[in-house]
Amino acid sequence: MAVAGIDVGAKYAKAVILKDGQPEILSKGIAPCGFDLKEAVEAAFQQALSEAKLSRDEIKYVVATGASLEAVPFANDSVSMQGADARGAHFLFPSVRTVIDIGAEMGRAARCDATGKMVDFVINERCAAGAGAFLEAMARALEVKLEEMGPLSLEADKSPPMNAQCTIFAESEVVTLIHEGESKKNIIRALHDAIAERNISMVRRLGIEKDVALVGGLAKNAGFVDAMKRGLEMDILVPEEPLFVGALGAALIAAEKSAG
Amino acid sequence: MAEEKKEFWRWPEYRRTVPGKDWKGAQVITAGVDVGSVSSKTAIMVDGELYAYAIMRTGSSSAGSAEKVTNWALEGTGLTIKDIHYTVGTGYGRVNVPFAQRAITEIACHARGANFIWGPTVRTVLDMGGQDCKAIQCDSKGKVTNFLMNDKCAAGTGRGMEVFADLLNVPIEEVGPRSFEIDEEPEPVSSTCVVFAKTEAVGLLRAGWPTEKVLAAYTAAMAERVVDLLNRVGVEKDFVITGGISKNIGVVRRLEKRLGFQALPMKPEFDPMIAGSIGAALFAKALYEKGQ
Repeated sequence: MAVAGIDVGAKYAKAVILKDGQPEILSKGIAPCGFDLKEAVEAAFQQALSEAKLSRDEIKYVVATGASLEAVPFANDSVSMQGADARGAHFLFPSVRTVIDIGAEMGRAARCDATGKMVDFVINERCAAGAGAFLEAMARALEVKLEEMGPLSLEADKSPPMNAQCTIFAESEVVTLIHEGESKKNIIRALHDAIAERNISMVRRLGIEKDVALVGGLAKNAGFVDAMKRGLEMDILVPEEPLFVGALGAALIAAEKSAG
Repeated sequence: MAEEKKEFWRWPEYRRTVPGKDWKGAQVITAGVDVGSVSSKTAIMVDGELYAYAIMRTGSSSAGSAEKVTNWALEGTGLTIKDIHYTVGTGYGRVNVPFAQRAITEIACHARGANFIWGPTVRTVLDMGGQDCKAIQCDSKGKVTNFLMNDKCAAGTGRGMEVFADLLNVPIEEVGPRSFEIDEEPEPVSSTCVVFAKTEAVGLLRAGWPTEKVLAAYTAAMAERVVDLLNRVGVEKDFVITGGISKNIGVVRRLEKRLGFQALPMKPEFDPMIAGSIGAALFAKALYEKGQ
């Protein structure tokens, strides 16, 4: 038997299946959130099931998390996004006490204790400027693929100052910088620094306790990870698959609940 | 056949010479040049009366835009920039007006301009510009007594409205009127952020909402946001609105409804976008006379 955690974010639905009884990851699944969220959840879950060669009735407990967790009507229980983050990150890195999660439409951070239990959190979901949506808009303005942003910024030689905070205003500022002859590499570095700065000031309100882990979609961007390290002036832990940390945390909680 | 994408955000650029006015024999000719982040405006005043003006989109250079819009305002009048006795620059690019003798903040200029356009009873000026929104309190002389400004976020600004016009394929000038072509006033869009409001609007369209209802929900959200700003500074009558969004009745009517009273009506002879440049030209006159 097995258990599952399903994390429905703004951009992707993610599923993780764990072997019941002992915390061992059996499989993962991911699907983009299109028009129909339930369809995305089904696709991610099915992918994980087939990878684990399990049928649906072999999953004895499901915990849902994420901004749209209501899209998992078959879940037995749910957990907050920050609770799932703390649990998942702590499983991967037991020394973690602060988890920063920057997704497509949200930046948040959670502090946890030595057992991985969340003790406090902060969240920004009102402004796109600190989230992945900002970088996506800038990639469009710069005509650069999103996945090229990280490597390009690592080749930059400086970070030109940016005035605009708002995504909408930054779009025009980026165009102005290009007209002024600034290189795309440098502009991208400045953009990464800007998102890092906004998130770091949010995390400072929470208080930073080491070790710090960075998860969520933006943790896949090496240039952004570098900006966070420079901004925080410390090393940070980044999992191999940062998108699945929330789903993993939910699955760990499912394992615990199913055991009673 | 390839079809060009229509630019729904594009608002008309234009110039005007006030009929029946002449500069020949005038004592003092002044210019107010308001270089905003989105639009540039020049007002030419002859002996303290509006003579000509022009409004156009700001280009990549503030100095170039200042020159271009001023030359356009002077077009056909027989005047050139050299004939102007004193020029005051204002707005976001005010320090980059090459032919200006002074730069004065747009806060002071909008209050002064509103006092000129609507008279000494004006106490609160709401300027809804391209990339910022200001709530200004002033006295009977048009002197600023208090103000609050949002220039960090596109919600409640003209730029935000341009983005929405483009998203919904509605020419920006039709946004206001069409936002009333609805059966029932919807709840405002819940996201403050323009980026998230766009996502929300697309969701509403997918859910079958007509474009007009989405426009109503967005203009209502914008009104809500601006009323918050106004209430923080305090609104005293008479109340006026300047800047490009003051022409959008969808925002203005919803804003008035929330405030519980109305703004003074627009004066047909003064475009509300030129209030700042009128204020600057009036300051220019006072400064010129002081120097004489």
